[in-house]
Amino acid sequence: MTTPIVDMRDIEKHYGNVIALAGVSFNVMAGECHCLLGDNGAGKSTFIKTMSGVHKASKGQMFVEGQAVDFDSPRDAMNAGIATVYQDLAMIPLMSVTRNFFMGREPTKGKGPFKRFDVARANQVTMDKMRQMGINLREPDQAVGTLSGGERQTVAIARAVHFGAKVLILDEPTSALGVRQTANVLATIDRVRKVGIGVVFITHNVRHAMAVGDRFTVLNRGKTLGTAKRGKITAEELQDLMAGGEELAELEGSLGGTI
Amino acid sequence: MASDTTTGDERLKRVSLMARLMKRPELGAVAGLVLVTLFFLITADRVMFSLSGIINFMTPAAQLGILAIGAALLMIGGEFDLSVGSMVAFAGLIFGTAVTVLGLPLILAIPLTLVIAALVGVTNAQIVSRTGLPSFIVTLAFLFILRGLSLVGLKWATGGSTQMRGIREAVAGDPLVSLFSGDAFQGLFNWLASMGMIDRFSSGLPKVTGIPVSILWFALIAVLATWVLMRTPVGNWIFAAGGDATAAKNSGVPVAKVKMGLFMLTAGCAALVAIITVLDSGSTDARRGFQKEFEAIIAAVIGGCLLTGGYGSAIGAFFGAIIFGMVLIGLTYTQIDQDWYLVFLGGMLLIAVLFNNVIRKRVTGER
Repeated sequence: MTTPIVDMRDIEKHYGNVIALAGVSFNVMAGECHCLLGDNGAGKSTFIKTMSGVHKASKGQMFVEGQAVDFDSPRDAMNAGIATVYQDLAMIPLMSVTRNFFMGREPTKGKGPFKRFDVARANQVTMDKMRQMGINLREPDQAVGTLSGGERQTVAIARAVHFGAKVLILDEPTSALGVRQTANVLATIDRVRKVGIGVVFITHNVRHAMAVGDRFTVLNRGKTLGTAKRGKITAEELQDLMAGGEELAELEGSLGGTI
Repeated sequence: MASDTTTGDERLKRVSLMARLMKRPELGAVAGLVLVTLFFLITADRVMFSLSGIINFMTPAAQLGILAIGAALLMIGGEFDLSVGSMVAFAGLIFGTAVTVLGLPLILAIPLTLVIAALVGVTNAQIVSRTGLPSFIVTLAFLFILRGLSLVGLKWATGGSTQMRGIREAVAGDPLVSLFSGDAFQGLFNWLASMGMIDRFSSGLPKVTGIPVSILWFALIAVLATWVLMRTPVGNWIFAAGGDATAAKNSGVPVAKVKMGLFMLTAGCAALVAIITVLDSGSTDARRGFQKEFEAIIAAVIGGCLLTGGYGSAIGAFFGAIIFGMVLIGLTYTQIDQDWYLVFLGGMLLIAVLFNNVIRKRVTGER
């Protein structure tokens, strides 16, 4: 537990004359859930896109298990074990869960011209992995469109885990979900963490973060405002950090502490 | 698939076989085929469903069906090809020129025709993928370009006529002819006739001399296409490319390559139809395949393909094409005016699209 799986140091990202990230340091250990919080426009998306190989950092260093890396594409990041589950999930509603699960990475059997999609094994693996995540599928050829938002998240997470993710970046996985589905996704995060995968949980919902987070890093205006361990910070303090302090305190007064 | 893997959730009802069948994309086509068959069993002369009658309507069904299966795969992959009808004429021109003007044997003329057709498919695919224009527009342009080229090319090759004759004479005796034209299993049919198991003339020869090879190609392509779609990684990529190209790309599916392969396939299917029909009639002309692109797409839609891509089946297009052939030929066995065919065409398309919408909602659980 001494070397982080992914260690990002002083990452800067400039778009022309706009400084989206102005020196962000962030790391994630095996088996922990590190929450990255920030309001809209704080730089969360830019930061995870840098981590997952979509963007190249303008400055700064990145290490995976102690080795310096430089990703040219999302594929490089995936090969290094960094999997990202985006909000749109890369799922196709009309296709079955199995077909989605193995999309682009289908298991095959047979040789030469008789090489074929091993549907039986793919179905078996899908059912097993989904059950491990606490979801009993009716049938593996059920279309993804019939699943709830939370279940789709779980399929996407299970898929990333099955294909060897060491670090799982979840981009606002709970933002569009209801209460119960959110609870399911948070439970899934906990399961994933317990098998030794590092989870980067991006959210702007402090309560969701507090529910599963081991550490919390707050981004504001492209900078880290610090990292706190679980128990060392309260939800109110996190909320204030995210919003940049006072203004929210005033607002909160007028709204009767409901935010 | 092993049922013991589904120990299941007690809140879910067992899914009945019927409900499972209701989710197959080709359901509409099968139901349509049953209805059309019943209709003709009632209204048409009994001869229609004799062996020779069946072969009568299966022949045009096969020619359309080969195009329709290609069109179905491409539609599942999320694109259209409106140039297949003109491609039949264009490939007919290439093939005819190769055997008559250049005097090439079939072993060279057939690959040449297929390669040139595939290159047109590549051109379509490249324009679509590089510009991001809808394939509908790009291939509409090629509908006219290829039709025009066929006219110009035929006049050039024949010295002024839009019809090219003498193809049968040019290929006479070529060992490959029997693979693409005429009837198969003639020995078997002769034997069946001699045993009195099928209709025969008074001379003892069978009334039906064999199964036209186009029907065998049709069946073979339907089986191959279904196998690729349902049981190979490429099939999964086709569904994914049509379902959501971005999601597919992000998951490592080579979307551009898949689509290019599909455009090559539709063009290749058109070339195959051209070779078969040109060899059968011994001539080719500029009107070949006229409006076949629409019929092929309609057969694919009847077969359960969604216009938006990502869903459909090859076997559905197979049945869709048979419905076409049945109605086209079947009306001649009835007292009904044959021109009702066009009314049927439009009506069937409309019903199929409405039906597919319902099926899609059922599959995805949309409400």
